Amino acid sequence: MKALKLGAVRVPIILSVLTLITLWLAVAAPSGITTIQVNSNANSTGAAGEAFRFANITAITAQSAWISFGLTAIVTALAWWFSLTARKPSRWLSIGFGVIFVFNILISLFNGQTMTITALLHGSLSLAVPLVFGSLAGVLSERVGLVNIAIEGQLLAGAFVSALVATLVQNPWAGLVGALVAGAFVSWLLAVFAIRYVVDQIIIGVVLNVLIVGLTNFMFSTFMSSNQALFNSPPRMPSIDVPGLSQIPVLGPVFFSQSPIVYLMYFAVAGVWFALYKTRWGLRLRAVGEYPKAADTVGIKVYATRYRSVMIGGALAGLGGAFFTLGQSLAFGKEMTNGAGYIALAALIFGRWNPVYAAFAGLLFGFAENLQYSLSTVGSNVPSDFLLMLPYVLTVVLVAGLVGKVTGPAAAGKAYIKS
Amino acid sequence: MKLELRGITKRFGSLVANENVSLLVQPGEIHCLLGENGAGKSTLMNVLYGLYHADAGEILLDDKVVNFAGPGDAMAAGIGMVHQHFMLIPVFTVAENVILGHEPTKFGGVLDMAAARVKVREISDQFGFDLDPDAIVGDLPVGVQQRVEIVKALISNAQILIFDEPTAVLTPQETDELMAIMKALRERGTAIVFITHKLREVKEVADKITVLRLGKVVGEASPQESANELASMMVGRAVDLEIVKEPAKLGDASFVVSGLSALSHNGTKVLDDVSFEIHKGEILVIAGVQGNGQTELTEAILGLQYKATGSIKLNGEELLGKRVKQVLDMGVGFVPEDRTEDGLVADFTIAENLMLDRADRKPFVSGLNLRLAYLREFATKLVQQYDVRTQSIETKAGKLSGGNQQKVVLARELSRELKLFVASQPTRGLDVGSIEFVHEQIVKTRNSGLPVLIVATELDEAVQLGDRIAVMYRGKIVGIVPSTTPRQVLGQMMAGISA
Amino acid sequence: MSDKLKAAKPAEPNAAQQSTELSGNRFSGFARELVTGNALIPVLAVLASFLVGGILIAFSNESVQTASAYFFARPGDTFQAIGQAVFGAYDALFRGSIYNYQAGNFSDGILSLTQTLAYATPITIAGLGLAVAFRSGLFNIGGTGQIIVGAVGSTVIALYVPIWPGPLHFIVAVLAGILGGAIFGGFVGFLKATTGANEVIVTIMFNYVAAFALHYSLTTWLKAPLAVNPQSSPVPNDALYPLLAGDAYPLHAGFIAMLLAVAAVWWLMNRSSVGFHFKALGHNPSASKVAGININRTYFLVMAVSGALAGLAGTSQILGTEKYLGTGVAATYGFDAITVALLGRSNPLGVLAAGILFGGVRAGAVTMQANQNVPIDSVYVVQSMIVLFIAAPPLVRSIFFMPKQKEVRA
Repeated sequence: MKALKLGAVRVPIILSVLTLITLWLAVAAPSGITTIQVNSNANSTGAAGEAFRFANITAITAQSAWISFGLTAIVTALAWWFSLTARKPSRWLSIGFGVIFVFNILISLFNGQTMTITALLHGSLSLAVPLVFGSLAGVLSERVGLVNIAIEGQLLAGAFVSALVATLVQNPWAGLVGALVAGAFVSWLLAVFAIRYVVDQIIIGVVLNVLIVGLTNFMFSTFMSSNQALFNSPPRMPSIDVPGLSQIPVLGPVFFSQSPIVYLMYFAVAGVWFALYKTRWGLRLRAVGEYPKAADTVGIKVYATRYRSVMIGGALAGLGGAFFTLGQSLAFGKEMTNGAGYIALAALIFGRWNPVYAAFAGLLFGFAENLQYSLSTVGSNVPSDFLLMLPYVLTVVLVAGLVGKVTGPAAAGKAYIKS
Repeated sequence: MKLELRGITKRFGSLVANENVSLLVQPGEIHCLLGENGAGKSTLMNVLYGLYHADAGEILLDDKVVNFAGPGDAMAAGIGMVHQHFMLIPVFTVAENVILGHEPTKFGGVLDMAAARVKVREISDQFGFDLDPDAIVGDLPVGVQQRVEIVKALISNAQILIFDEPTAVLTPQETDELMAIMKALRERGTAIVFITHKLREVKEVADKITVLRLGKVVGEASPQESANELASMMVGRAVDLEIVKEPAKLGDASFVVSGLSALSHNGTKVLDDVSFEIHKGEILVIAGVQGNGQTELTEAILGLQYKATGSIKLNGEELLGKRVKQVLDMGVGFVPEDRTEDGLVADFTIAENLMLDRADRKPFVSGLNLRLAYLREFATKLVQQYDVRTQSIETKAGKLSGGNQQKVVLARELSRELKLFVASQPTRGLDVGSIEFVHEQIVKTRNSGLPVLIVATELDEAVQLGDRIAVMYRGKIVGIVPSTTPRQVLGQMMAGISA
Repeated sequence: MSDKLKAAKPAEPNAAQQSTELSGNRFSGFARELVTGNALIPVLAVLASFLVGGILIAFSNESVQTASAYFFARPGDTFQAIGQAVFGAYDALFRGSIYNYQAGNFSDGILSLTQTLAYATPITIAGLGLAVAFRSGLFNIGGTGQIIVGAVGSTVIALYVPIWPGPLHFIVAVLAGILGGAIFGGFVGFLKATTGANEVIVTIMFNYVAAFALHYSLTTWLKAPLAVNPQSSPVPNDALYPLLAGDAYPLHAGFIAMLLAVAAVWWLMNRSSVGFHFKALGHNPSASKVAGININRTYFLVMAVSGALAGLAGTSQILGTEKYLGTGVAATYGFDAITVALLGRSNPLGVLAAGILFGGVRAGAVTMQANQNVPIDSVYVVQSMIVLFIAAPPLVRSIFFMPKQKEVRA
């Protein structure tokens, strides 16, 4: 056991590589100034009075790049020292490294422009909401043993039904309920074909996605688009300021002056985590996903547990879908989820099937996507396609085990056939 | 609690797994259910445990008829089961595994893990198990895992306990300890059903014996009866437990392993400086409890252990570092321990399975074109020669019985030009007739002047088949001894005490 | 032991008699499927899906909606409207895909059929790629990405390599497409072999990577100088698939490539040692490994062959149908390929039949939309219903009141 294993030095090796990138960024840094603005000018977040305003900070891009390089080099050295003295490098080291690294990249990207932090965060959160709900759906489904490729379909169904129902009833909350039901229904289909008809879970997931795309497009073209007022103008769901919390400088308006769906998301992440790891329900759910036969032999109803968990997950994904319409007060549009379900799948894997980590992965991917928009608004010439690629590439890197082995629930993807 | 089964019949399609089976087990009694592989023992117990539904018959507990819709009902009624393949979740802790299905909770379904730990300790201390409730089950040795399984069976206050082939994974010492546990449970008045096909164990602990054959009860026996008598009841004809083999005519030591070591994925040594040699015309049996490096040893020979160090020489040529294909080409015949997983492609026909290792070789192929006519001829010949009982060479291998599957594997491996024959647990799960056939083939191969390496986990087989026995424990060879060595000595070696 | 000998005897003549099946394996298998009713399932699945499609059409039709408003007053009107809507739609489908009898003369009428075959070409070829992967136990969802990379490959050769003598330019452009798909697919196989990465996840992710890379390329180095949209310059004529039936018809030599691909895949999977290893891997990787088959190389080869076929499908788009590279080059062919492979039971001839069926649906859907206002999206619905029904035979049986059978696993 004494031998130095590759696993032990993996973190420092990766950090070293990334440090080299920061070195390159410093050497190649353009001459210029990046302005960092903490609060947004136009108060576009609609926050209830940002109590604190910060002065703009200007940074010389090259200088800050060298500072970042120095900091990352120190962190990397620490990581090596920890590893070589056979201690576990603290997770905080990696997190600290990540923050510096990302900040450094941001400054380089925004060279010569103004970077508004609240706008970046606010935009990231908005884009992340469906991803987080979607990845929770994936967690609940895969933890109980069903691979959920159909997150995309669940989101899309949620978006469509929420817009339709909210418009018909003229009540956004009704739309939300509709989204819950729609998401749960799609996942019920997934469960029926996977459990009852023992169809390959991946095939059924892919097919359900296409079916939902086809159905929503079809209905959109046949009646919804020609009569927007009647079918597709969901009323706005007002955002709510959380008393107290929304007054926190910088973060308050971003996180606590939001659509109710965002607050539901906070509760959902915490709730799923608690339910999964702290309750009887969660223990049984995970047992079914790891070793259904063992669960069966202690009297746990495997099929019922699977149906229930998958459908709860689907309902959550439906909420995520509703955010596309109700959360942003938009009308439904063809294929408006635009692959968010697949990014949610990536977030789920990135978050190692843990609801909290998956939520953070969702935020990260939302951040990457938003960055691309922000950069194109400020007119940066960084090719946005590469930023958009980021979640997908990261996921491949992860599943290829280049950043440590990820293993999901043992029984995910395998049908359980009772003899 | 008294347990009675009356006229249980269970069918799977046209196959009758249990036919009119009756059984009576008194409290404080160890009742052995003895039978060959496939005699219907496990099916019967699964019916009792609520996993299967009987097509006919009834189950009575203390003279009251009960109906179990699932294992949950059986457990609630006081029946516990220690499964042959542990029903434990490797990534869960001991406590989580034990409470699964009977979780102590606080309000709102929140788990009370403190209560769970106390409970685990309580039961574990009664038997001196010394289990850590927070250990991850997957990290524990197999013997300890079985104790977790026992605690799990006892947690719901089981009055009737079923042990399904519990000793297959244990050392002789651990087996003795298990016997002691069973006796302690008997003292407490628990009714125990002990499923096994090992006669020695039966004779040691059984109060009563019921023998099953082909799904039917063929009779009751007392533990005093001789092993040969019990065996013939089990098999239905006179069985000679001896393997007849003439003395070995040794050639030179053509297969030499020296200093072989290998690490597992998580860095533990699974092979630790293993050295031995096998002469032409000799059978060396690697004995030991499963999971002590035997699998890794055969994998290393075949070229499946990438990180092995040391040397494996066949006729002076190094095998280590070669790919599987090259090793096979050098004349190594290999029968893997799990034939359905590693030996055969279940969805392929017998014929296709017979060319699995040589589909890209002449005469099976010309260019890239398969020569199906030649394959037909070849397969037809082998099927006859190895007595594979089948309608056709087109039958899917998965449809064959275990014995016939093993014959297909043997036929394929022995039909190559061999310099060494390796077989890992070649009789596992086979009926007695097939076991005899496999043994005959192994002895024949040895007599033809090949070095033969057999991995055996059952001491009886090791002693009978081997010319010499090498005992493995935790990746090391504890010692290499003649097959005449007393069982006690071998048993101690299997627990790591060198002779 | 005596009973052993007894049983051995009958095995021999049987083996001899049945062994003829080795050569006619497929056909006897087909016959068996027919007898047990399994071959009926795809047919019934298609039928059931068109029924569902009919319901959708009726539901979306305006005159049906109008008539149903007074359904209880005159229910007959509603039914008549439904009949007209459904008949009208499927009539348009027929005219658009097989023969347009309203065209007046044969040469105009048969245009529909050639359109069907043109649509069928990429679908079938990509479907063959999927079939190879399926039968080798790999689930290649990356058809989209591999088509894109193949298309980029042949576009680059077609546009940037100076014109060569004779058909050489065309041949190299096609080979570049095949190679592009093979590399992109093979890379997934390589990742799976070396790191154990799940090919489903990787191919899904790579589809997006390819799509973004394509968009990037079409807005930068591959962009046609004067184009507004992200697209390449048109492919020069000497790099195009020759037209098979004259300028009036869209049928190009990609169709011949498709037929060759069908034959090649049949030979590969049924008659070659490489295909034997593919299938062995698909059914049982660990037994294949123990039998000395080089698993890693086989994973790579399977994905490379599968990707190569997708790449070939891409060439038929660039060098045959569209004649330039745009962001929509892969369209829905990635998913179509999955459907076609499943519907054709991963059997090359089955894939061909399914591919032509879907080509017809695609061709007809255009007419259906133009003439009858039925959105083209209905095709997605029908297509996914087909897969659902095929995957769940018990469902189809219950729809058509067939006797219950032992549940068949998909």
